[in-house]
Amino acid sequence: MKMTKALLATTALTVAAGMASADGHMASEMTIVSWGGAYSNSQQKAYHDPYMEKTGVKVINDESSAEAVAKLRAMNEAGNVTWDVVDVVAADAIRLCDEGLAMEIDPDEHLAAAPDGTSAADDFGDLLVSDCFIPQIVYSTTFGYRTDMVGATAPTSVCAVFDTEAYPGKRSLEKRPINNMEWALICDGVAKDDVYDVLETAEGQQRALDKLGTIKDDVIWWSAGADTPQLLADGEVVMGSTYNGRLFSVIEEQKQPVAMLWDAQVFDLDGWIIPAGLSDERKARALDYIMFATDTQRLADQAKYISYGPARASSAPLVGQHADLGIDMAPHMPTDPNNAKNTFLYNYEFWADYRDDIDAKFQAWLAQ
Amino acid sequence: MAALTPISRTPVSFYVPVVAAAGAVAGLFVGTAQGASLLGVVLGAVLLAAAAFVMTQIIKVESPSRWGLVVILAIVGFFLGGIPAMIIGGAFGWFFGWFSFWLYEGRYRARVAPYLTPGQVLWHFTFRVICGAILVFLITPILVVMPLSFNAEDFFTFTPEMLRFDPEGYSLKHYRDFLTNSDWQNALKNSVQIAPMATLLSVSFGTLAAIGLSQPHVPFRRAIMAILISPMIVPLIISAAGMYFFYSRIGLQGTYIGVVLAHAALGIPFVIITVTATLVGFDNSLTRAAANMGAGPVTTFFRVQMPLILPGVISGGLFAFITSFDEVVVVLFVGSAGQKTLPWQMFTGLREQISPTILAVATILVVVSIALLTVVEVLRRRSERLRGMSPA
Repeated sequence: MKMTKALLATTALTVAAGMASADGHMASEMTIVSWGGAYSNSQQKAYHDPYMEKTGVKVINDESSAEAVAKLRAMNEAGNVTWDVVDVVAADAIRLCDEGLAMEIDPDEHLAAAPDGTSAADDFGDLLVSDCFIPQIVYSTTFGYRTDMVGATAPTSVCAVFDTEAYPGKRSLEKRPINNMEWALICDGVAKDDVYDVLETAEGQQRALDKLGTIKDDVIWWSAGADTPQLLADGEVVMGSTYNGRLFSVIEEQKQPVAMLWDAQVFDLDGWIIPAGLSDERKARALDYIMFATDTQRLADQAKYISYGPARASSAPLVGQHADLGIDMAPHMPTDPNNAKNTFLYNYEFWADYRDDIDAKFQAWLAQ
Repeated sequence: MAALTPISRTPVSFYVPVVAAAGAVAGLFVGTAQGASLLGVVLGAVLLAAAAFVMTQIIKVESPSRWGLVVILAIVGFFLGGIPAMIIGGAFGWFFGWFSFWLYEGRYRARVAPYLTPGQVLWHFTFRVICGAILVFLITPILVVMPLSFNAEDFFTFTPEMLRFDPEGYSLKHYRDFLTNSDWQNALKNSVQIAPMATLLSVSFGTLAAIGLSQPHVPFRRAIMAILISPMIVPLIISAAGMYFFYSRIGLQGTYIGVVLAHAALGIPFVIITVTATLVGFDNSLTRAAANMGAGPVTTFFRVQMPLILPGVISGGLFAFITSFDEVVVVLFVGSAGQKTLPWQMFTGLREQISPTILAVATILVVVSIALLTVVEVLRRRSERLRGMSPA
């Protein structure tokens, strides 16, 4: 039976090939978890590639940062942590640190000092918001708008988002209360300094939801950073919130008719954690990677590929030009004085205390 | 095919309103695209009814008047929306020219049985239109993806350049990205390593299980069958979470073998079902005859039973392969980044970075699947012909 023999031969070959590919991994690999997209690309070029060249360690990218907290919890429960270094936002890092899922890192012991000798702790300064968290970049969540869809007067205030008469059309907002509640209160007449005092009360939360309710029919809710750029490029929305680096890519790299509305941009931090419970060998390698990837030059290098501000004070003067476009990156940084005229600081403690409660209310309101 | 029914021309009061109705539907689409649905309906109905009347009653010569309509609608299309609209307009013109004369000359009657009532004739054609609409509905999402994968921009958007058929608007850069990007190449390599192994395990175990369960003397056959089929019925996310914790404990989570085993478990039910179905027609006296002539069970299996149930085994294997190749939920749990498969890469790509590289990959996969299915079908026909099972 020719057919049977052919099948058996294929079988044997497949088994052999499968076995051959199964071993030979693991020895010098590390899994680094990040957000994917342009952001992972910038890390690949600024950190991973030079690190692989220097040490020979193979970096495997996992784009799971969006569900890092849940996955780390599951890994911890299963007693099988497969990640070595994880890129998370500061709020997630604080949660992971509180739950004992991330290991504490002493900045002065494990991080490189600045070139002028300033200690790492001083160089990062206030941005070290958690004992487990090594900040990498300052990013902001802000709005972009279609220049060809806003008519003669381009919006200058974040309240344009709530003004459907002057700027008709859909807008995209993130499908979570953070930032949206604050913007709603500011545009409802609450002073910037009082926003979190108002938001502590049930009436204040209702007030924010009511303000959001005035545009609810015009909102497309996004959950991935890539959604708003796609919606803007399609002309599906007239304006939308997303991370400033994504908007930079839409405007400068993709040349779409989109402009930034920096008003009331919300600053946040993104950085590394190392999961707790790694073997000594993996822990040493993860720490070695972090020491390499967060030194002054490396952080400044990342800004060549994406418009996020480096977290070290000593990196700021080294920020140069975009690697491909050759434009100065400094004016595109959220921290640039021209962009940061009216900024809003994300309040970690407030959201750590009220997140669950307000999340529930927000989701219930969305479902109405 | 010869005409079944003698045909005769139909009265104006019949075919002009019918063309008008069809024109209204076409006008609805064009009008909606231009932002005025109602106007489109009215204009479509009036203009095409008038065109049908002019062609059949005033010009009366079929070929020139039909070509005239194609040209006129193409020009109208060009002024409404450039070259793409011109092509659509020409297609509309061709269709309505044909449709008008088809009705006017009574050709629609020619190929249906003479004894059908008008209502039955109407249903005859309505049925075909519904079937066609369902086909279009099924296949449009796949067809839309293909031109978008040649987009010169990094968005899922038909750019104005693309709609003008400007070569500037098209590029192969997303295909280049797929072929050069190490993430995509790793994912391809993983998929190609995992799916055949998982298929192999599913086919071996599934076939053995099906043969065993078709023996009447096996106790608790129905219960065992239900358990083996359960991965198909239990929600995938539940199996995946269960596998995650179980595999983590025994050190299989995040390994190549773990993913292969998980995918094999998902593929086994398909093999069991298809092989069981072919075994229903299997004559057990053949195995007894083989035994009678001195063949052992293994020889009997490979020489007698296997060739006869091979079609079921192969189609079960194909299902198992597709299951593993398309699977994203289980691999997200059981695999780690080192086992990232193509669907996983597409999933994260869609979520984090809406890049047309995904569409390029999808197009390649569609083409490969079509090629594979064609090959299988050609081989099947060839073997049937060789065995003399088919007159062709």
